[in-house]
This record gives sequence, structure tokens and C-alpha cells, in this order.
Amino acid sequence: MSVTPPKERIWWNEPVPKSELAWVIIAFVWGLVMFFAMVFWHMYGEQNLSNEAYRITAEQYSAKTEAMVEKYQVREESGYPVVHPPEGEDIYLIARLWQWWPILELEKGKSYRLHLSSLDWMHGFSLQPVNINVQVHPDYEMVMTIKPTTTGEFGIVCNEYCGIGHHQMLGRMYVVDNGGS
Amino acid sequence: MATSEQFRICQTTGLRVYQKTENLIKANAVVAVVFLAIGGLFGLTVALTRWKAVHLLPADWFYLALTAHGLDVLVVWIVFFEVAVLYFASSVILGCRIATPRWAWAGFVLMLVGALITNVAVLMGKSSVMFTSYVPLKAEPSFYLGIILFAVGALIAVFVFFGTLVVAKQEKTYEGSVPLVTYGATVAAVIAVFTLASGAIILVPTFLWSIGYVSHIDTLMYRTIWWGFGHSSQQINVAAHITIWYMIAAVVLGAKPLSEKVSRGAFLLYILFLQLASAHHLLVDPGISSEWKVFNTSYAIYLAVLGSMIHGLTVPGQIEAVQREKGYNNGLFEWLRKCPWGNPAFSGMFISLVLFGFVGGISGVVMGVEQINIIIHNTIYVPGHFHATVVAGTTLAFMAVTYLLIPLIFRREIMFPRMAKLQPYVFGLGVSGISMFMMGAGTLGVPRRHWDISQADAVLPYDFPGVANLLMGLNGMSALIAGLGGAMFVIVTVGSVFFGKKIEDTGAAVAPSTVDEYGSAEHAKVPGTLVLVGIFFVSFILYFFVNWKYLAEVWPLR
Repeated sequence: MSVTPPKERIWWNEPVPKSELAWVIIAFVWGLVMFFAMVFWHMYGEQNLSNEAYRITAEQYSAKTEAMVEKYQVREESGYPVVHPPEGEDIYLIARLWQWWPILELEKGKSYRLHLSSLDWMHGFSLQPVNINVQVHPDYEMVMTIKPTTTGEFGIVCNEYCGIGHHQMLGRMYVVDNGGS
Repeated sequence: MATSEQFRICQTTGLRVYQKTENLIKANAVVAVVFLAIGGLFGLTVALTRWKAVHLLPADWFYLALTAHGLDVLVVWIVFFEVAVLYFASSVILGCRIATPRWAWAGFVLMLVGALITNVAVLMGKSSVMFTSYVPLKAEPSFYLGIILFAVGALIAVFVFFGTLVVAKQEKTYEGSVPLVTYGATVAAVIAVFTLASGAIILVPTFLWSIGYVSHIDTLMYRTIWWGFGHSSQQINVAAHITIWYMIAAVVLGAKPLSEKVSRGAFLLYILFLQLASAHHLLVDPGISSEWKVFNTSYAIYLAVLGSMIHGLTVPGQIEAVQREKGYNNGLFEWLRKCPWGNPAFSGMFISLVLFGFVGGISGVVMGVEQINIIIHNTIYVPGHFHATVVAGTTLAFMAVTYLLIPLIFRREIMFPRMAKLQPYVFGLGVSGISMFMMGAGTLGVPRRHWDISQADAVLPYDFPGVANLLMGLNGMSALIAGLGGAMFVIVTVGSVFFGKKIEDTGAAVAPSTVDEYGSAEHAKVPGTLVLVGIFFVSFILYFFVNWKYLAEVWPLR
């Protein structure tokens, strides 16, 4: 029994039943498949998180974001500036208690370098309903290239607990279709 | 020395039980159940708040209750119970006296005082920082201090366990290698040392930061080291509850491992690889390379998953082997039908095994794939997953083994046997609902740790699909069922321990079958188990690739 010492003192020399051995081999091979699926996706898949990140201070990050807003703001909505940057541009999103700032307006099928950082506590970038989720740290600036493939109005939910106003921390993103211009 | 200590021989199992061990096991188990009741109640209020039609608590109370729920059940209940299991698996199973009982009591007091301090800090309302207490979110200093004291107490208990192994070896209370159950408990204890050390490394500076002696704590460093504590503590649970599966199969049915070598090898893989999984929490964090993420999230090349998949065969396999030996040989599944389903120790163990494997195990591996984590991280899918592992897996296994401990250690008959018989089914049903509905809502993007997904008063509101609200409602109803199952457990155990009929050296409520030989089962054929394992494997493969397909539909990202 499992609650008594093994009968065979040299239990490690006992032969393993064939069915068990087969399962061990199958499980090991499946592990290899799952491991190399991740490597494969890095080479051929389109959804891989960027490895690009920098140390930054809240002041520096907020200055960069404000410069972008000044340059590309097209209108205002509920007190938030709406920014429409050109393709390939660096775009910045600030996470802070308790808002995502500003509202970004992107074009379908075009790529942008999205920067994410927090000015205070940790936050969670959760783009809905696309369902892209990224941890946002203070003092770290993450840069990733995104390419919207669907149009409409998207919500940015905070999914890392950040204090009493956490559930009110929502942002917005628009993706418009400029007809392949 | 040993002869001067008081012990008795258990009439049912023939185990030698020392008085001092018995008292320590009793104290730790009782405190564990008290915190299970408190933490479970907090959990119920959390689920009822997230049910839109009920929306029980105001926001500040919700975050307070969620913090207390995480601490009391995920840490306090489980670790107190694990200490009881460690003392049982060493002193009782090996039939030796416990090493340094005074240190063991000191550890117990430290754990209890620590748990109380942290609970008070949370209830005062200024430490609603969640179980994870990510900096720079700051709690009261006593919040961290309580956890540190608790961890020190637990570490003392782990070393008392190691000391007891030495005592047994020196006083030759067993021959050859330690039993598989003691081996599994040792694996849990080794992982516990790593876990508690990680906790100390990060929480001591955090405590100093909270009283102003340290000026800054890097958030990424905090998350990396904290999860060496937070995730690894769940790996202690895995090792502990799988040990309990083996123990219950042995005590209730007289099952023997199919192969000592394979089962022990699977446990050894846990020591070597399981801790790498704290990377699961860091897959979408900045500043960590993909190479690091891929290697660690896959426990090297899924070598710890290999261990779990092996136990998934050997635990039901040994049950099949012993049942077939008893003559239940008709068809593929007569052995399973004729299992003692009316014995809550057995039914609890088997439900724990199935839910942990199918729901908790598969979802855990899939969400831990580096890229797939992008569509799952911090959604309510995550609590859905770990309620299948920690509640359906660990907690239900601990409940099941309690039904054995009450007659064996507390020497009381189980009160309300009919309620006890139903309890694992009710609790299992409720927890399955909690897990599945939260996982479902998570795939729709519903965030975890969130008071109100309808966000009525946000400046830029976002509407989740209506199905999300339905799923959260069903989650609340499942929580009521699980709460009922939990209450039944508390009523049965508290009733039995304090008011149950005393057992005086005669038969116990749970009678184990007789075994003439111990050691591995010989040349056992387990066709039924192979079919079950096949079903599991096919589900695993399907779910794995379905999620890659979901990921492929997301915006391109690099």
C-alpha cells in the first residue's frame, strides 16, 4: 500500500508495466508538442507579445504622451482628447488612477507602435471585445506593434486591481476603415 | 527516549499514534476548518456581489471581502491543514514520535497569531490590497507582518516534519524506503521551503517599505519574486493533495501503487520542475524575454505536467487493480461502479481527481501557453481555473481525508452520516459550476477582481455581452451550492469532533479492507483506466488547439 514501505526493498529495479510506460512516453511526447507549438508560433504566428521595453519615469512618459496628443488631436469627447495618428507612428497610452488617456483612433489594416506605461500603480490593459490583455507597470514602458483588423468602438478595461476606483477605470479606442487608401 | 512517550495502537489500521502528534494534528486541523468557514463565507459574499441581480456588497466592502477570502482560504486554511497532513504522514504513518513537539507548538502559535494579525489588518479596512498585495499599493504594516509571522511558523512546522523523518530513520520504526505517502509529503515539504523562502525574500522588504525604511520596491521584481511564493504555495497543494489521493485509495480500498518507481518518479519531477510555473503570472509583463517565458512557463518541456499526467493514470489505475483483484472484473467499468461511492472519503477523493485533471489541469496548461495567455491574463478565467485546482482539487481532497482523520485521530464517529455522504457531491457540483462559469465569462473578457462590470458610473462605459452577466449570475448560484456543501462539511466535522460518539478501541466508521502484502500491484491490467486516460488526452488536445484558433483571430501583435 501507499501507506506502508515498498515490499521490494530495491523497488527502483522493478519492471514498469507496459501500459504505464506507454503513457509516460505519450505524455512526454505531448509535452514536446506543446513546447514547440510556442516556438513555432514565434516563427509563424501573428500574435506574439513584444520583447521591447524600457525603463522610464512617469514625467518622461507623460511628456511623450502629451506631445503626441498635441500633434495629432482631432476632436474631444467627454473631456478626453481623441488622437488620430498616421500609420506606423508611435502611439502612447497612459494608465493612471483611474483612466486610460487619451482616446486613440486608428485605421483598420495599418500598424502602429503602441506604448504602454503607468504613472502610478499597476494596471491591466484589457482591450475589449478583442480580448488583448497586457500587464502595465509604472517605471516600465512596453512597446508593441499592433494592427487592428476589425473596426468600431472598443473598450479598454482595467483588469489589475488598482484601488477603490478600479471598476471605473475605462478607456476607449476607435478603429475606422479608410477604404484601403 | 521513545519508550517514555505515550502512544496507542489504532485498532482499525494498526498504526501507532503518539499522543503529542495526535494533539498537534487536532489543533492544526481544527484551526484550518475554522478559517475555511470564515474564508468561505467571504467568498460567498464576493460571488453574490458579482451576480448583477444581487450585487450584495458596496465597492469598498467587496474589495475587503475579496482580500480576506484569498488570504483565509488560499493560505490559512490550506497551510494549517497541510501541517496536519505533514505530521500525519511522518509521525503516524511511520509510527514514530514527533520531533521537537515544543517547536511544533511554537510554529502553531506563530501561524495562528500571524493569521489573526493579518485578518484584523484587513477587517480594519485599510489593507484591501488583495492577496497579491502588489506594490505600490500599500497595506498597513501589520498586514505584511502577519503574513511573515505565519510563514515563519509554517517553516518551523516543515522542519519539524523533516526532523520526524530523521527520528523514524534513527529509531528504525520502518524498514527499507519510506511509504509513498510519506515520500509525497516530503516532496510537498521541500517545495514549501522554497515557497516560504521566496515569501520572506519579498515580504520582509515590503514590510520595511510600508514602515518607511525602504524607499522603493520595483514592481516587476516584486511580481517575479512574489509569485515564487504565491504560485509555489499552490504547488505544495498539488503535491499534498495527490499524496492524499494515494493515501485514501490505500486506506479505504487497500490499493497499492501500480509501480513504486513510476509514482515516485512523477513526484520527483515536481521537486525539479513545478516551481518554474510562477512564470505563468508574468507572461504579459514588460521587461521579461520570450525565451525566459517559454522555458519557465512550460516547466522546462512540460516535465511537471508529465508528472501530473502520470498520477492521472496511476491513481485510478491502482484503484482499478485492487477492485479487479476483489473480483469486479465484468466489462471495462464494473470496478468503478462498485467503488464505495457512499463513503465521503472515497467519493470526495475521486471527484477531486476528476475535476482537478479535467478542469483545473487542462485549463491551467492551456492558459500557461505564452501566447494564449494574451487572451486570458487577468480575466475572470484565471479564478475559474484555480477554483478547479485549489477548491475542487485541494480543498475537496482535504475534506475527504478529514472523514478518515475524525475516526482515526479524533476517535469520534462521524455525526450526520447521511449529510456526510452527500457533502462531496454537493460541494463538487457547486465548485464545478463556479469554475466553468467563471472560465466562460473570462473568454468574453470579463475582468477578475472587479466590483461592477456594468460600470454604470464610468465616463467611458463599455458594455460586456449579455451572456457575460448570465454567466456571472450562474456563478453566483453555483457559489450558493458550494457554500451549502461547505456548510455541510463544517457541520459534520465540528459536530463529530465535539459531540460525536467516542470510539473506544473498537471498529471505526471507515473500515479499510485487509491487505496481505504491501508494495506494487503485480502485473495488473487496467483497461478501464486506460480508456478514461484516453478520454482525458483527447479533451486535452482538442482544448489546446481550439485556444490556438481563438488566439489566431485576435489582432496581429508583435
